[in-house]
Amino acid sequence: MSLVSNHQAFLAILLRDLRLGLRHRGELLNPLLFFLIVVTLFPLALGPDKLTLQQHAPAVIWVAAVLASSVSMDMMFRSDFEDGSLEQILLSPHSVTMLIMAKILAHWLLTGAPLTIFALLLSILLYLPVEALLPLFMSLLIGTPIFSLVGSVGGALTVGLRGGGMLLTLLIVPLYMPVLIFSVAAVNNALHGMSVRGEFYFLGALLVLALTLAPFATAASLRIRMG
Amino acid sequence: MFDILDKYGAPKNAYTLACTLTPWFGWITAALFVAGLVGGLILAPPDYEQGESFRIIYVHVPSAWMSLFVYMVMASAGAMGLVWKVKVADAIARSCAPMGAWFTFLALATGSLWGKPMWGTWWVWDARLTSELILLFLYLGYMALQSAIDDRRMAARAGAVLALVGVVNIPIIHYSVEWWSTLHQGPTVSKFDAPSIHISMLIPLLIMTLAFMSYFATILMVRVRGEILDQERNTSWVRKLCEKSEA
Repeated sequence: MSLVSNHQAFLAILLRDLRLGLRHRGELLNPLLFFLIVVTLFPLALGPDKLTLQQHAPAVIWVAAVLASSVSMDMMFRSDFEDGSLEQILLSPHSVTMLIMAKILAHWLLTGAPLTIFALLLSILLYLPVEALLPLFMSLLIGTPIFSLVGSVGGALTVGLRGGGMLLTLLIVPLYMPVLIFSVAAVNNALHGMSVRGEFYFLGALLVLALTLAPFATAASLRIRMG
Repeated sequence: MFDILDKYGAPKNAYTLACTLTPWFGWITAALFVAGLVGGLILAPPDYEQGESFRIIYVHVPSAWMSLFVYMVMASAGAMGLVWKVKVADAIARSCAPMGAWFTFLALATGSLWGKPMWGTWWVWDARLTSELILLFLYLGYMALQSAIDDRRMAARAGAVLALVGVVNIPIIHYSVEWWSTLHQGPTVSKFDAPSIHISMLIPLLIMTLAFMSYFATILMVRVRGEILDQERNTSWVRKLCEKSEA
């Protein structure tokens, strides 16, 4: 018999992860800093010409977001694995999938959401016109949760492995490619004054698919990895 | 069906079966390769546009088909291992990965060799090439995960989850890449456009595909035998087998 309901357990995990994350602010800033550094590389490589940068801005921001997001996935389960709380989550009487959802949501709020907002600031550095800002924001708002969901499967499979971080990146970045394609296409279309509806329908469908399947795959992977 | 699964799911029986079947499949493979190569390289007429260089399709197209087929075999075997805990299925899934990766690589390499005289370039960011390349990444990721986990059982099950996630993603990747490339540019050169392939060219192609399938089955059995022996090295039947071969 459990004393707390599934909803309460969900909330408890969510709040715990948020609290833990906010107490390690440095760790949260690292992916954002990495994002900023990767974006800075491009003007250095492409040259400071305004038109060139403007043209490549959607691609640059999205590639940097994919990289920053994939390096942040390692954080999702590692500390819980090290201090044993991951085992407790798996042993709890509540639905493991539900608790995993709480962890993914917390991870997105701590990494994906700041990344989305930060990207808007960086797009100004790359001279992205104002009319493309909203599509960029929306595509990141839909895309980064997909990253967190898909990344959680990779994070669960590689948790506790030596050199797990690099391996994790190799596993999940190929799976991120469709999101990158549709998002960059959406922002580019907006830049050229075309409709962005089709791309957003695709992104929405990918989000729904990831939301439906990824938590189960993650729960199964964690059970396998913890024996 | 479960009776068969029960019987040949046991490593010892599967090993014996594979030992018996390997030479048969080996000879069938050899015969099919001879027939396919003679048909494709000698009997089939040269293409009126591409000349002799079209003949690379007899390696290229079967490898491209096999690259997907092997992934499906790998994922199905993984699922069987995951659901029914069949040890042999784990061995099959593990043996599939390097072969699938090589078929994918072969498809990319032959495509590239054909592309140089035909398209004038080694590589184009065409939809099929790109999704084939991403498939190669999926195979390599699977193999990297397998080698990172020391525990055999756990590696097999983790790999199975990854392969199944890949199965969901392959069509998504394929269609998104196709959509991406049509957005960038129209198809400048498409391989099999309007004129469909002539029957004298098609028959060797089908024979070659069968040859590739049978080759895959043969090598799969050899590899699975190795996997089973490694996996069961502490059991009495493997020990007996070793003593017999030493004597």
